[in-house]
Amino acid sequence: MTELAHKPKTGELDTSHGPILYLEAVSVSFDGFKALNNLSMYIDAGELRCLIGPNGAGKTTLMDVITGKTHPDSGSVFFGQTIDLLQMDEPAISKAGICRKFQKPSVFETLTVFENLELALATNKGVWTTLFAKLNETQRDRIEQVLETIGLTEHRSHLAGILSHGQKQWLEIGMLLMQEPKVMLVDEPVAGMTHQEVERTAQLLLSLQSECSIIVVEHDMEFVRSIAQHRVTVLHEGSVLTEGTMDEVQNDPRVIQVYLGD
Amino acid sequence: MLSSLYKKDKTASWLLGSIALLSVLVPLFNFIFPVESALHFSAYSVSIMGKYLCFALLGLSLDLVWGYCGILALGQGAFFALGGYAMGMYLMRQIGNRSVYGNPLLPDFMVFLNWQELPWYWYGFEQFWFAALMVMLVPGLLAFVFGWLAFRSRVTGVYLSIITQALTYALLLAFFRNEMGFGGNNGLTDFKDILGFNIQSEAVRASLLLISGFMLILAFVVSRWIMSSKLGRVVTAVRDQESRVRFLGYRVEHFKLWIFVFSAMLAGIAGALYVPQVGIINPSEFSPINSLEIVIWVAIGGRGTLYGAIVGAVLVNYAKTLLTGWAPEIWLFFLGAAFILVTVFLPDGLVGFWQRHFQAQKS
Repeated sequence: MTELAHKPKTGELDTSHGPILYLEAVSVSFDGFKALNNLSMYIDAGELRCLIGPNGAGKTTLMDVITGKTHPDSGSVFFGQTIDLLQMDEPAISKAGICRKFQKPSVFETLTVFENLELALATNKGVWTTLFAKLNETQRDRIEQVLETIGLTEHRSHLAGILSHGQKQWLEIGMLLMQEPKVMLVDEPVAGMTHQEVERTAQLLLSLQSECSIIVVEHDMEFVRSIAQHRVTVLHEGSVLTEGTMDEVQNDPRVIQVYLGD
Repeated sequence: MLSSLYKKDKTASWLLGSIALLSVLVPLFNFIFPVESALHFSAYSVSIMGKYLCFALLGLSLDLVWGYCGILALGQGAFFALGGYAMGMYLMRQIGNRSVYGNPLLPDFMVFLNWQELPWYWYGFEQFWFAALMVMLVPGLLAFVFGWLAFRSRVTGVYLSIITQALTYALLLAFFRNEMGFGGNNGLTDFKDILGFNIQSEAVRASLLLISGFMLILAFVVSRWIMSSKLGRVVTAVRDQESRVRFLGYRVEHFKLWIFVFSAMLAGIAGALYVPQVGIINPSEFSPINSLEIVIWVAIGGRGTLYGAIVGAVLVNYAKTLLTGWAPEIWLFFLGAAFILVTVFLPDGLVGFWQRHFQAQKS
């Protein structure tokens, strides 16, 4: 074995071949309806990938499969080259470093902004450890830093329930950051946001690109255009219709047909 | 711990103070004032007060799982009854040869069934420490096994409520059977001594009331500490957004199980304190309606506040004492109506209403 040879270890994230997520021939059906149909897709480490597609194209199901909520009927899903996500449940996948923002803002409304971030903090999440958990200096600093990043420092002690829709979305992105993710799945981050909020969210996501790989599902084409620097993937009827830059995709006659109908 | 509690929450401290005061004063007034004095509390009021405190502890235990974790457990009475049976078994073994049949080893009902020896599961119950341990372990173990199966399979909502009702109903039927060895439909009664003291004596009754008050305060303070820890926040988060918590990397089923087992143990302690004060434990304590009543106490008092459960349990049971003496046939109608009215008009219960009213006045 030469020194350059690479010895893969099970259970350790290995992105030496480029991609951080491998989805191969994934199919999911609900009562005969094929939500995902033989879908294959690769996400590179450090990439910001946008996923678009009409309603029912399988975008949310795809996220469900990656995060362990839905188990596919067939196909394989790997995190790096060695971690088989199909063998893991939601908490294990989250612990491995794949975090998810839901379509509907899902923050804990009866807790404060600070407490929301505290719960998300990457640390031992066992029952007894949680019972006796105390924040140390580093962890406090980390929460402060994330509060700063998502622009909610002033709202730290407000209940999350009284935040505006946009602020809730940012808080949830902050909760993902607290988990120190390697991959962030972001489902419709700008739905229902004002124009300024959309712009801020775009800046926020672009600034996070250096920290992790991000997959964004979004309907808002203008928003996608503002953040899509690499590839855009178009889903249709449960499989990948096409992949390319935003311009390529937008001029693809098949995409136009899918979006505008016959 | 107590002084910091006073600073943080005056309402809770006032409530705890009054429980402590009542637990001391009621038996004290019973002793020092003669029967004809207006300040005299009868032996009956001592025992009924003790009963209320046990119910308050039971209500508190349900509030942990329902009010904080959102699990509508309709079988809390089963854990209460199991704790009661464990204590009852100890008290039965203390009777010795003073029973009707005079068998030093076997309780009367076993002699009556022609049993020759003590069943294995009665071993050890002649020791108080063993019985006291079982008071917590038996409900805790049942909650652990039941909860592990239910939460791991992600049974939630109304389905979980229904199977908890089925659990307590199944135990009711099982304990009715004479062959189970728990006295069948008569249950366990005719207790004589507890720790060597006459269980009927005023001093023992007063002590039991005091201990019930003390346990209630202790359970309140510990529960409060748990709920203000990070675990408390995770549990509340599970109630509001279960799947979000899972995606944050918490094993939701472990947290639910932990709080469910803790709550079952508290209910067991409540049952164990209840039995020596009322002098009997029988299978009717397992009846599904008892568990439903506990839910109503907590709903009326106010969920997710801990003291709401205490207020609700005491008030509803006081009303029950008054009404069942006066017109027993309307009690269930009254209870149902109170539940509906509170659900519709006071969704946060009496405590929530009082808090809002009080805070509105202050600001």
